[in-house]
Amino acid sequence: MSAIATHSLTRVFGPVTALSQLTVEMPTGVVGLVGANGAGKSTLIKILLGLLPPTSGSVTVLGLNSVTNGLEIREIVGYMPESECLPPDVSATEFLVHMARMSGLPTDVARERTADTLRHVGLYEERYRPIGGYSTGMRQRVKLAQSLVHDPQLVLLDEPTNGLDPAGRDEMLELIRRISTDFDISVLVTSHLLGELERIADHIVSIEGGVLQRSTSTAAATQFSGMVLVEVTDRGPDVAERLRAMRATVTTGAQSNSFAVTVDDERVLDDIRAVVVDLEVGLIRMQRGRHHLAEMFATQQEALHG
Amino acid sequence: MADNKAAPDAAATPEQSQGVIHDIGFRHYDGPRLGRGWIVRSLLAETFRGVFGFGRPARAKIMPWILVGILLAPPLIFALIAVLLSLDALPMSYTAYLPGMQFVVSLFVASRAPYCVSRDLRHGVMPLYLSRPIRRNDYVLAKFAGLALAMFAVLAAAETLLFVGALLAKLPLGAQITGYLQGLVVAVLLSLVLAAIGLVIAAVTPRRGLGVAAIITVLVVLSGFAAIVAVLLTRAGSASLGNYLGSLDPYALVDGIAVSWFGVDSAFGRQADLGLAGGVAYAVGATAIVAGGIALLMRRCKKVGIA
Repeated sequence: MSAIATHSLTRVFGPVTALSQLTVEMPTGVVGLVGANGAGKSTLIKILLGLLPPTSGSVTVLGLNSVTNGLEIREIVGYMPESECLPPDVSATEFLVHMARMSGLPTDVARERTADTLRHVGLYEERYRPIGGYSTGMRQRVKLAQSLVHDPQLVLLDEPTNGLDPAGRDEMLELIRRISTDFDISVLVTSHLLGELERIADHIVSIEGGVLQRSTSTAAATQFSGMVLVEVTDRGPDVAERLRAMRATVTTGAQSNSFAVTVDDERVLDDIRAVVVDLEVGLIRMQRGRHHLAEMFATQQEALHG
Repeated sequence: MADNKAAPDAAATPEQSQGVIHDIGFRHYDGPRLGRGWIVRSLLAETFRGVFGFGRPARAKIMPWILVGILLAPPLIFALIAVLLSLDALPMSYTAYLPGMQFVVSLFVASRAPYCVSRDLRHGVMPLYLSRPIRRNDYVLAKFAGLALAMFAVLAAAETLLFVGALLAKLPLGAQITGYLQGLVVAVLLSLVLAAIGLVIAAVTPRRGLGVAAIITVLVVLSGFAAIVAVLLTRAGSASLGNYLGSLDPYALVDGIAVSWFGVDSAFGRQADLGLAGGVAYAVGATAIVAGGIALLMRRCKKVGIA
């Protein structure tokens, strides 16, 4: 079953069309939603939470109709807003217990799950101090924790890596990955950084101006490109020349000592090794080339504007 | 909370010292999820507790409890006076006591109403409530009910102390029971009207300090203005009009209800008897303030969407 499915979803605000004829299925696992500001991501999230009725079209979240079953959806869905949303004068523990109760958990369960959830997002002793004194990274963890505390089946994370330093970004991405793999909770995560989503998402949906641009699984988009990247210590042009003589397709780039070889036959790999040994140069790397999502979007941009 | 804090830490230390980490993984929850009713009740209870600073840092308890103390001290003195002077009634009536202490009551609502709403509005907590399984207006109703109930608890405590004092002074029981019940009605009306006014002002002044100042200013200015208008009009010979305009002050409005419903003496010394029309007009006025206030709050919260 897909976690989220929309059909001809349209939302109009006066003269502005925020979402236009959006038909997309998002599977369970981690789904990345890419789009610039104003692309319609927030509008989509509001509709998914059942807080905004669509102008036309239909949406189901975990099999529930978002127009008529908003309360049921919000019971089993968690939401982490992009904006600052934490009161500074309470501790993370108190705040989470309260938010868990606001999701309908009995008080004793709320306490238990609060301790668990804060441990899972990596907040320990500091959880008894007022949130006002937390770093940005810790705040993001609390925001994430409040979306998980009631054990949802799906979480909607709006720009969770915003404002984090590179190390914090990595930790947050790792955590999001774990929400799906270890906690078995589906994730819809928005970001404007494609590279981030490529690392953690199983599926990428991109929208632009409220229109669906692309919906694809990450595995399909980043599959083996059929090229092997080779880098040697010296005499790169000679190596390339010898390989061409052996009827291999070699693509050279700006750097003379590294080039790409098309692998139409596994024997090519043996040939490369043989040539390197023969010319007595050092082999620095031989790496299977993969497509990057950025290529997919680059070609798309060119197609759009060219 | 304290026992909660100690338990997990104590459990964690021996494990860590042995270098063993027990990761029990993410536990799922299959138990009941309580619906809107429970959530609204929880939010109401949290608001009520917060008004008195429970579950807040110690400094959040100072202001409300000082004001509660000031409000509860005079009844004891009244009882003492009644005993010493062998009076046959309390020196101040049940219905007149709260309007008489209006500055303290105003300070209480001014200091507590901003806590109830402006914190959530200012720090952007609203989207988190909206993403919970409740409807938008549930939040407003829970906050209103929480503050109104907290106000009532304080005002009713003052009335109850008056009653206990009267009993200790062995005043005639029948009259005291009637007075006490009338006092409780005044407490209910004041709680509702003041909570509505306080929350509306707090909701449009997201900074807490500003909210406190705005509420106290509005209540004091309204009182002063209404009192002057009432006096001037009464002197000019139109006491009825003076009475009506005088109840721009919410305390005078509630006092007017008590006067026309129970036939007690006005706490503001207003003389004109407005009869049935006055009783109805005041009741309509109070209802309009409460209903209008809740409607305004709902509109204010509607604007705050998910960013």
